[in-house]
Amino acid sequence: MARKTIKVDNLARVEGEGALTVVIRDNRVQSAELRIFEPPRFFEAFLRGRAYSEAPDITARICGICPVAYQMSSVHAMEDAFGIAVGGQLRALRRLLYCGEWIESHGLHVYMLHAPDFLGYEGALEMAKDHADVVKRGLALKKAGNGLMTVIGGREVHPINVRVGGFYKAPLKRDLVEAAEALKRARDIAVDTVRWVAGFDFPDCTRDYELVSLQHPDEYPFNEGHIVSNRGLDITAHEYDQHFGEQHVPHSNALQSRKRDDGGAYLVGPLARYGLNFERLSPLAKEAARSAGLRPVCMNPYQSIVVRAVELVYACDEAIRIIEAYERPEQPLVPVVPRAGIGYGATEAPRGMIYHCYHLDHDGTILNAKIIPPTSQNQATIEEDLTAFVNAWLDLPETALRHRCEQTVRNYDPCISCATHFLDLRLDRG
Amino acid sequence: MAVPLRKPKLAVWKFSSCDGCQLSLLDCEDELLAVAGAIDIAYFLEATRAEVAGPYDLSLVEGSITTAHDEERIKDVRRQSRALVTIGACATAGGIQALRNFADVAGFISAVYARPDYINTLATSTPISAHVKVDFELRGCPINKYQLVEVITAFLAKRKPTAPPHSVCIECKLRGSVCVLVAHGTPCLGPVTHAGCGAICPTYDRGCYGCYGPMETPNTVSLSKKLAELGVTERDLHRLYRTFNANTEPFRMEAERHGS
Repeated sequence: MARKTIKVDNLARVEGEGALTVVIRDNRVQSAELRIFEPPRFFEAFLRGRAYSEAPDITARICGICPVAYQMSSVHAMEDAFGIAVGGQLRALRRLLYCGEWIESHGLHVYMLHAPDFLGYEGALEMAKDHADVVKRGLALKKAGNGLMTVIGGREVHPINVRVGGFYKAPLKRDLVEAAEALKRARDIAVDTVRWVAGFDFPDCTRDYELVSLQHPDEYPFNEGHIVSNRGLDITAHEYDQHFGEQHVPHSNALQSRKRDDGGAYLVGPLARYGLNFERLSPLAKEAARSAGLRPVCMNPYQSIVVRAVELVYACDEAIRIIEAYERPEQPLVPVVPRAGIGYGATEAPRGMIYHCYHLDHDGTILNAKIIPPTSQNQATIEEDLTAFVNAWLDLPETALRHRCEQTVRNYDPCISCATHFLDLRLDRG
Repeated sequence: MAVPLRKPKLAVWKFSSCDGCQLSLLDCEDELLAVAGAIDIAYFLEATRAEVAGPYDLSLVEGSITTAHDEERIKDVRRQSRALVTIGACATAGGIQALRNFADVAGFISAVYARPDYINTLATSTPISAHVKVDFELRGCPINKYQLVEVITAFLAKRKPTAPPHSVCIECKLRGSVCVLVAHGTPCLGPVTHAGCGAICPTYDRGCYGCYGPMETPNTVSLSKKLAELGVTERDLHRLYRTFNANTEPFRMEAERHGS
């Protein structure tokens, strides 16, 4: 058979600008490329010379959908360099803020970006014409997450209250208790959501992924823990760079991360977190997963929507737990004294692990910055998924096949704005 | 001849940005379905695969121009749009990525032209208004979603949007917040920053960091003098003005007064 190319020139319902090319020859997928053409924004270049204290607000602007992931990773990296530990209620508040981002981001993805693929709609607004109640339910869930972000962070996109050492102002208990009321309704919606999405029709596609996520001894991971995998990896963020490296591929404005030992791809995000941390979910979230027929490890990326829904239950549950135990701290931050050194931070963004590393001068001036977002880590896996799964659908009509390819990308909730921020500028003067 | 009634067509376009401003539209959880009922969302890639061809009654443009391809694309968007509104600091001022405008441009250019197959970018990040006529600019990094609803409503009603150009100070007074600059000696850009956010930072015991850009006729020189009296160093003054709206003339000039 002759060569056939499936092209999706502008991927919809993803964050940022990307395109897809799948080359088919002799009725086999020969290659698949996720092309990222979101223009590079050079964050790491202009972080050099800035103050350590500016990193949370500057790096937040890499992504409007997961700014808290950047704020949390940068403050943890700075505190690592300065030898500061943030504990007690301030630590709990950070976790609570992250819960808000997970609820907002997962709610957006499950209802507005991903579900329309399974139900045959172009998007959630089209879906609302037939299923207004479903979309309203999703919006209510998302709103509870945004409400939490707004109480703690001042606003939902690029919150203003996060700083190295803690916060500018600790929220009042009564304001959080008010947010908890919406979260209780959101938790009920999340439980219904697990049931709803578990009934979707999933293609029977599994692969033997290397799952990578944070793991904390006692908690489902947000801000802290070792970096572990289902193949025995167990390292701290300090060692990340020894185990994972980036490659610049010509078709993409983003660097692709791979394992250094064998050059293999790996998977970060809900499937990885869930598969490596099932036992640390709350009883309600575990029960929701079990009743949806989800095993403790899920290797079908199309079912990531179910796992995201389970994480929604957990994030609501955890947020309510933190608010119930909250006592407003006397000081909104611990003292910060800069010193020269290197700081590392890895946290769990909604779409997967994110890594920050900063070299700092004695007064806290940033000398060098390195940021690796989840989507650049998943990019190689997405391309491998396309190569592996699309073969089964080559007989589908062209439009249906193209849709399946897009859906395969959207399984990862890719954030293309994130993935391109960090392109290293390579000077080649010939 | 009778003209058939039709809903106005809205398009949302993205250039170099973080997606946060267009997300603000999806964050209007209480208004979104009403908006979608009143208008035809004809092009909005973040939300839907469906694409309805132009022309569009209202185009919302997020992001700045940083590639040669986008320089052309924005002209095409303008041609297809009856009204064009920029949303956010990237589209209105060049955004945080405009910090490249003050970097070693020669290094950037040689990099670009040495390997154009690898990296395709311009040496500058510029606002939409540097390329095409803009009918209204909505400020903020990110924009305020309630202001966005006001802008959409105003354009559909063919009236001018209400988005006052006064300073954040007025919003603090309206909100009843204590002045962090006067009462606590906290460095604050509120006196020179465009209103719209609702004075969030001072309400959280933090000085304004200018993410809505300069107000109309700001007195940055006077503010910098006050901040220096409070102990803000020249280097930090430079950094204060050189963030998300660094490319706007008042903030650019004030940053230059305090080092390079």
